[in-house]
Amino acid sequence: MKNQSHMRRYLVDHLATGLSWLAAVLVLVPLLAIFSYLVYRGIGSLDWAFFTQIPKPVGEHGGGMANAIIGSAVILGIGSLIGVPLGIGSGVYLAEYGRGRLGDAVRFTADVLNGIPSIVMGIAVYALIVIRQKHFSAFAGGFALGIMMVPTIARATEEMLLMVPSALREAALGLGIPKWRTTISIALRTASAGIITGIMLAFARVAGETAPLLFTAFGNSFWNMNPNQPTAALPLQIYTYANSPYDEWHRIAWAGALVLVILIVAAVTAVRVVASRGVLKGSH
Amino acid sequence: MAVGIKVENLKAWFGKTEALHGITMDVQSGKATAIIGPSGCGKSTFVRCLNRMHETIPDARAEGKVQIGETDIYGNGTSAVQIRRRVGMVFQKPNPFPTMSIYDNVAAGLRLNGVRNGREIETVVERCLRSAALWDEVKDHLKKKSGASLSGGQQQRLCIARALAVEPEVLLMDEPASALDPISTSKIEELIFSLKQNYTVVIVTHNMQQAARVADSTAFFLMGELIELDKTAKIFTTPGDKRTEDYITGRFG
Repeated sequence: MKNQSHMRRYLVDHLATGLSWLAAVLVLVPLLAIFSYLVYRGIGSLDWAFFTQIPKPVGEHGGGMANAIIGSAVILGIGSLIGVPLGIGSGVYLAEYGRGRLGDAVRFTADVLNGIPSIVMGIAVYALIVIRQKHFSAFAGGFALGIMMVPTIARATEEMLLMVPSALREAALGLGIPKWRTTISIALRTASAGIITGIMLAFARVAGETAPLLFTAFGNSFWNMNPNQPTAALPLQIYTYANSPYDEWHRIAWAGALVLVILIVAAVTAVRVVASRGVLKGSH
Repeated sequence: MAVGIKVENLKAWFGKTEALHGITMDVQSGKATAIIGPSGCGKSTFVRCLNRMHETIPDARAEGKVQIGETDIYGNGTSAVQIRRRVGMVFQKPNPFPTMSIYDNVAAGLRLNGVRNGREIETVVERCLRSAALWDEVKDHLKKKSGASLSGGQQQRLCIARALAVEPEVLLMDEPASALDPISTSKIEELIFSLKQNYTVVIVTHNMQQAARVADSTAFFLMGELIELDKTAKIFTTPGDKRTEDYITGRFG
């Protein structure tokens, strides 16, 4: 009897452990599969020209995505300029002051905004900005991506600030440091590693967005340094090239997809490193 | 310079619950005054009213007259931030800023209040760490180690140094040694003893021997009221009130 129940526990234990191992491995499979297939298809086309040249006209061999890489950087830069301050600002409000109705409303809005399909965001910005300006632009694209970054950053900021022990705020207030200063120099500083992680997650998410850019930045086959004009972006270029009937363009699209994924992996890794360094030795 | 505190009919609330029912007492300048009493009697709330920290808790408020020196701290136009610079506070649990070095912890009060002069800050940091009897233990890694890397007792002395750096006139201590071992506790007590030469010290404590050791006067609180305030020696030998006697002889609380 005793032996039997021991045997049963032993089996259940090993079954449960095995299942969690299996789940962990299954999670890794898609990423590894996608990445290795991208490398297989794309690595051959990752040459100097890819990073330095703009697309060649149909039928000509070669060309690259230099304009799309720069365009993506510009659009993401504009997006971050809008999304990061707005996200941190509203996160601070939620954590430090948002106990009333306005706080609940902001929290609800952020959650809904987070769930809005990105294509809808693209159409909304198209209606708001592009139609009025009568042309596509990096500004419009950056605006769409920036707004999409806000909810992630705001909720991350809020959660990280709420994790800062109230004893630290009291210590600062007790020194005669004004509340705004306490929030910035003590609370935000203590929570900074977590907030940076939130920002990078938001950044990585919108970096690969195509749908909101279709109606806003639109894309461009040539160099364009004016953010008020239609601008190329990596996801857009990949989309256009992958949809085309030309093998040459398919080839470059694979390379573009590989670069995009590498950039996102690099960004997330960089953040992990920064976040783990942000903590001084001996603090918990 | 140390100043006295005059409290008149001070009441404090948490939401609708009245935690202090009209306290009237004087705290002598340049002396240490201990507040004793059972848990929940309002001693922490009382000291938190002396530097307007009580009102930082949501739904908490205070009413009455508290004079620090000549200033009525609940008077119209008195800023809580200004009061807190004059009335420093040390909390029950050591709470150094974990992202800051030892040096930055002590300098925080000055820097965040706008002092930019590096040499001035350096002088103050050393002086305060010496006053808090911590200098010798930390002087070799002031800027390398986080404040949170110190032991509990050292952290608490760091917090005292941090409070001294803004040059307060009064120092409030809310059970400053209750989370510490006996050796750290005796160091803190020696420190309180030396601090009261320059500051008015108000210390909340659960430990009656501690009150007897460090305080010139002792106040006994019970259920939000001040039962008795007298010379420490008198309170612990011939208290005037039966309830004080019951408490200090261990009959309750």
